[in-house]
Order: sequence, then structure tokens, then C-alpha cells
Amino acid sequence: MSEEVMVTSRRELRAGRSTLRARRGVARGYAGWVFLAPAMVAYGMFVLWPLITSIRYSLYNWDGVSTPHWVGLHNYATVFSDSTLLSVIGHSFQLIIYFSLIPVTLGLIVAALMRRVVTGKLGTVARTVLFLPQVVPLVAAGIAWNWVLSSNGALNQILSAVGLGGITRAWLGDFTFALPAVGVIGVWVLLGFCTVLMLVGMSKIDPALYEASQLDGAGPIREFFSITVPGLRQEIGVCVTVTVIAALSAFDIVYISTSGGPGTQTMVPGLEIYQLAFYNREVGLASALAVVLMVLVLICVLPIQWFVNRGGRQ
Amino acid sequence: MLRRARGHAQAARPRSASLMVIVLAAVSLASLIAASAATAARQARAAASTSFAAACGTKHVTLTGYFETGFPDVTELTSAFTKQYPNVKWQVREDPFATITQDAALTLGGPNPPDLMRLPTISSLVKDHLLKNLTPYYNLYHWNKFPASQLAQLRTSPSGVGVGSGPLYAMGLNYSLTGVFYNKALAAKIGMKSAPKTLAQLDALLAKAKAAGITPIEQFNGGATGGLLFPLQQLMADYGSAAQIDKWVFDKPGATINTPANVKATEHLQQWIKAGYFNSDANAVLYPQMMSNFEAGKALLIFDGDWESGNFDQHMPGKVGFFLMPPLKAGGPVAGMSAPLTYGIAANAPHAACTAYFLNWVATNPTARKINVKYGGSNPGGPTALKIPTVKPGSTTSQTLAAGGLVAKDNGDMGFIANANGSIYAEAWTPAVQKLFAGQTTPQGVLSSVQAAYKAAGS
Repeated sequence: MSEEVMVTSRRELRAGRSTLRARRGVARGYAGWVFLAPAMVAYGMFVLWPLITSIRYSLYNWDGVSTPHWVGLHNYATVFSDSTLLSVIGHSFQLIIYFSLIPVTLGLIVAALMRRVVTGKLGTVARTVLFLPQVVPLVAAGIAWNWVLSSNGALNQILSAVGLGGITRAWLGDFTFALPAVGVIGVWVLLGFCTVLMLVGMSKIDPALYEASQLDGAGPIREFFSITVPGLRQEIGVCVTVTVIAALSAFDIVYISTSGGPGTQTMVPGLEIYQLAFYNREVGLASALAVVLMVLVLICVLPIQWFVNRGGRQ
Repeated sequence: MLRRARGHAQAARPRSASLMVIVLAAVSLASLIAASAATAARQARAAASTSFAAACGTKHVTLTGYFETGFPDVTELTSAFTKQYPNVKWQVREDPFATITQDAALTLGGPNPPDLMRLPTISSLVKDHLLKNLTPYYNLYHWNKFPASQLAQLRTSPSGVGVGSGPLYAMGLNYSLTGVFYNKALAAKIGMKSAPKTLAQLDALLAKAKAAGITPIEQFNGGATGGLLFPLQQLMADYGSAAQIDKWVFDKPGATINTPANVKATEHLQQWIKAGYFNSDANAVLYPQMMSNFEAGKALLIFDGDWESGNFDQHMPGKVGFFLMPPLKAGGPVAGMSAPLTYGIAANAPHAACTAYFLNWVATNPTARKINVKYGGSNPGGPTALKIPTVKPGSTTSQTLAAGGLVAKDNGDMGFIANANGSIYAEAWTPAVQKLFAGQTTPQGVLSSVQAAYKAAGS
């Protein structure tokens, strides 16, 4: 009898413990949602809702004030058939060279050099100088670059001083060089970001690998390609992702430096969306272009992420 | 008997009460009607009265304004108005014109529309019922005595189709005129003794300046700005006429910019570009840079408007001259872009009557007119019978004001081709003239692309 009571009480105790554990688990689950809620609300309000609204607007012909008229996919057809809008999308792909390819490549090289050569106080100063563009407001930077690239700006003065006066021009007003000139501003802005990220990544690479490779007789270049670059796979992935997005959705640098001119040589989707919505008051078409731009960004960025993550798992 | 009498009395009491209620109701109704009639009469008197009290009342009023940055004349005018009428205060927000253009519809249609706002083109705003129809104030203040041509650009149909006729939806704080400013010292260097009388004489002057190593024309044309439109439209008026251009600007049926006369004008501009008469970096130069370069004596002339006259009189007194674009043949008609400094009242403005009073005050009050000329350098408009305030003889302002008279005599006032609709400047004109400057398109290409954009915007 007493044994039966003991067994029963043990069972009850076990059951009670598991109930308590379950309750604690449920409470912990709720607590997680409570902590997550503010971020989710903000994300919903400022990302998801505007996204849904943009998709909805893109199906209407609307000037932003009067009654909208349903036009279905007509705005998307315009985006893909209007040669000006297509060339605008093309410009942002050209900007990938300047905003992504050059800063990431240069960032890798500069970080490798700084790790080996520029150390101590000089290294700190170099890191600060390179990272400074990330701190300076882009509007101020854009105005300063306007001065640098103007017909009597610093760049042309330097070129004239070294005997290259023949190639000087108003760079931002030149049909051939305006887009590359805007790209140079992008390189200046993003190089520091990439360099600092690469330096942080390099500090995580096991020094024993470098020692081992040196013992095996590897030179700096072999070391760079066999240890540094593979070790920075994740950092390179982040840099490429961020800079490609910066290129495709560029607005501020272009708006301040050229406003899309001369002609439409530096017009990019971000600026075109702004002009369509606020000057032409074609909110539907602007929204359609914005949705297309978002899809383009995803098409470019998702494979990069997949490649980086797959590499990480291997 | 007593019971009967009491009963009678009892029966009589409700009847007298009913009578009293009817009398009271009648009296109340009569008083109400009388009061309503008095209010209506007072409102009618107020509506018909041009007095300040009728428009603004005697209590404290705060008028809200959304103005363009960099126009001291407007700031001076609002201050002077408050000085004269201390119960009116102003709460003003200022932005560059580009920002105002993009914000106009949302601001006017928002929950707190300003009483008075600087406006871009009015047609789309009228179409969306965002601007107050000023016809009642036009009648009240007898704005029919103002030059009709000045107000034409402020009229459109209630559906916002076409400009130049229909109800009045905005007013000009003043009326600017464009032409050519020149540096007197540089002009003397190349032997320019008087303003050119013909386009050929102007061409010769430009060639002389070029040969002397002086930049003949400094013009902005960079970023989102198409400053070459200033000389281009003047050339269009030379080869064609101001009236033809106005037809296109005001969207008259069948109007086109792609005419043989305009092709010739654009070809003439192209000749100037090819001859190197413009600053070589025009496609990278914005308006403020053009002004600072001209003020620094780096070019013989600029194509610009009289809103800079006051600035030149203040910063380069006696050093800047002005002439109207010379016609093709000596003695031919002269023309200039004459645009109102357009301000409108929001459809739901809380103090529309008081704001309309301010607009009338600006055009008619002697102090306001003096301020307008002194700080704005432009024609203050107003009744034709009112004289334009006198300014210092020989000043740049005196020259631009005198030029205004010549243009008016020749019916040479024309709207600005950049204002034909809300998007034509940014979407069509600016890229087209930037391409022309860079040799990326032909004169025919410029006009065809602009006409295509014009048609697309109107469809």
C-alpha cells in the first residue's frame, strides 16, 4: 500500500515537473515574442507595409492626390518597354563596377597591406582616414566632390600641374566621364567600409596558418590567395552584398553630384523613381519601377548570399 | 356656475399658454430671421468691402506662408504688412523651388495647407482642386484694372486644362522679365559702346569677345538645370514670335514647338555652342556658380532675369548693364520671358480673405510697390494707372524696368517654355539642351524630343 502511494506520488511529481517545464517553456516562448515585438512592429510598419503599399500603387495610374485608376500591369509594361527607363537600370549595373568591384578588390589589397606593412600608429591613422567617408554626411561629401571635379577644381589643378592639362574637363558635366566620376565618389565612400571589414576578418584568421605557410616557403602573394582570401569568404560576401545594394539603389551621391545629368547619363533608378513620383506625379509608374528595382536587388544579392553560405557550410 | 367658471378658467389656461408659446415662437423666429438677415447683411458687406477689417478682422491673425528661399522681397513684404497691420503675424516656411515643386500637391492637399504658397505650374494643382479660385477677389478688388497679359499665365480652366484663360487661380507678387546682363568693363574692352540693335550685331560682339580671350557668355546648364533655355527662347522669339511661343506654353490646340522658326533658333544656338561662345563647363555649372563667375568678371554677359537687378545694384553698383535680346532686323519687335512670381491660396486655407487682401496690398500699396522694386528689381504689377516706383537713374534696376515698358509696347511678353507643364523642364528640356551643348543631338532632335514629351504629358 505504502509502496503504491510512493509510486503514485513519484508519478505525480514527475508529471508536475513536466507540466512546470512545459509552462516555463511556454512562458519563455512568450517572453521571446515580447522581446521581438517592437522590432517586428517597426519592421512591419516601415518595411513591409510600405512594400505592400508600393506594390498596390504600382497597379494604378495615380498622381498622388486624385482618385487612382486601376491599370493592372500596364506600369510594369512601361518599365520594360521604355528605352529611357531601361537605360536608367543599365546605369546602375555599370555603377556596380565602381561601387562594388573596385572597393571590394581594393579593400582586400589595402587591408592585406595594412596588416603586413602599415602597422602601429600609422595603421590607426590610415584606418581612420579610410573610414572617414562613412562618417561624413554624403550630402556634404557630394558637394565637396563637386568642387574637386569642377573645371577649376583640385583634380584639374593637379592634372595641369603634372603636364596633363590637355585632358582636364568639367568631369561631372561630361557625357563620357560623368558616370565614372560619380563612380569614383562611390569608391571613395565604400573603400573604407570594405577595408575595415576585411581587417576585422583578417584578425580572426589563425596566425598559425600564416606561420605554417611561411615555413613552407609561401610568398606574400601565395599567402594572400591561399590563406587570406579563403579566410575572408564571409566578409567578402558581406562587402559584395552591401556594395551591390548601394550601387543598384544609389540616390544621394547621384542627386547631389549630377542630379542625373548631363542629359540622362547618370540617371539611376532611385533618382528616376523620385522624379517620377514627385515631379511627374506618376506615383503608379514610380512604384512599379521601385518594385522592379527591389526584385533586381534580390536577383543580384540572393545568389551572392547562397554562394557565401554554401562556402561557409563546406 | 362657479365650477363652470373654474372649468372655463381651467379650459382657458391651456389655450392662453398655447397662444403664449405661439407668440414666443413667432417672436423667436422673427428675431432669428432678423439676426440671420443682419449676419447675412454683415457678411455681404464684408464680402463687398475692400477694408482690412472686413478681410482680416480686428483680432490677432497668423497667416501661414510657404515661400521660396532666396527672395528677400517676399520677406520684406510680409514684414511691412505686419508693420502696417500689427494684428497680422506671419508664420513662414521656406524651401528651394525644387523642393516646393515636389511638395506642392501634398502640402496644399495636406491637413494644414498654407494660406499663401509659392507655386510651380498651376494646372495640375487646379485639376486636383487644391487652389482657391480667386475670381471673387478679382471682382472685389477690381483686378481687372491690372494688365490682363500679366494675369493670363495665372488662369486655367477649372479642370486644369490649358493655361491663359479661365478663372484666376494665382497672383504674381511681381512680374519678372528676362534679357541680357553685361559686364560694362569687359564691354568697354571690346569696344561695345551701345547695346546691339540686331542679332547680327550681338553675334559680332560675341565673336569680338571670344577673339579678345573673354568668355562671351557664362550660362548655367548643369545637373538638373537647363539654363541654355534662356538664350534659346530669346532666339525662338527672334525667329518666330512671342505669340507663337505662348500658344505652345499655354497648350493651345495644335500648338507645337517643332516649327521651322524654332529649328532655325536652335540651329543659331548650336552655332554659338560650336563657336565656343559659352563657358566650356556649362554642363557642370549650376545657377549660383554662374552668378559668382559673372560677378567675378569672368564673362561678358549672361542670359538671365530682372530678379537679379537688385542684387547687381547692391553688389556691383554701376558695373552691370542690361539690354533686351535684339531682334533679327533693327527696329523689329522685342520680346522677353515675363513670368509672374506665382503665389496662390490653398483651397482650404484658413484665412483666404485676409491672404487675398495681402495680395491686393502688395500690388497697390505704395510702400509694398517700393519694396517690390527695391528688393525684387521687377515690375510690381498692379493697376496700369499706378506708376512704377522710381529708382536710381542708371542703375541696373532702372534699365530692366525701362525694358519692361518696351516689351509691353511690342506685346513681347511670353511665358517660359520650361513651364509648359510640370515635368517638361526636368524630363525633356534639360536633358535635350545638355545633349545639344555636348553635341549629342541635333537642333531637330531637341525639338522633336521635347514635343514628344509634351504630347505624352498631355495625353
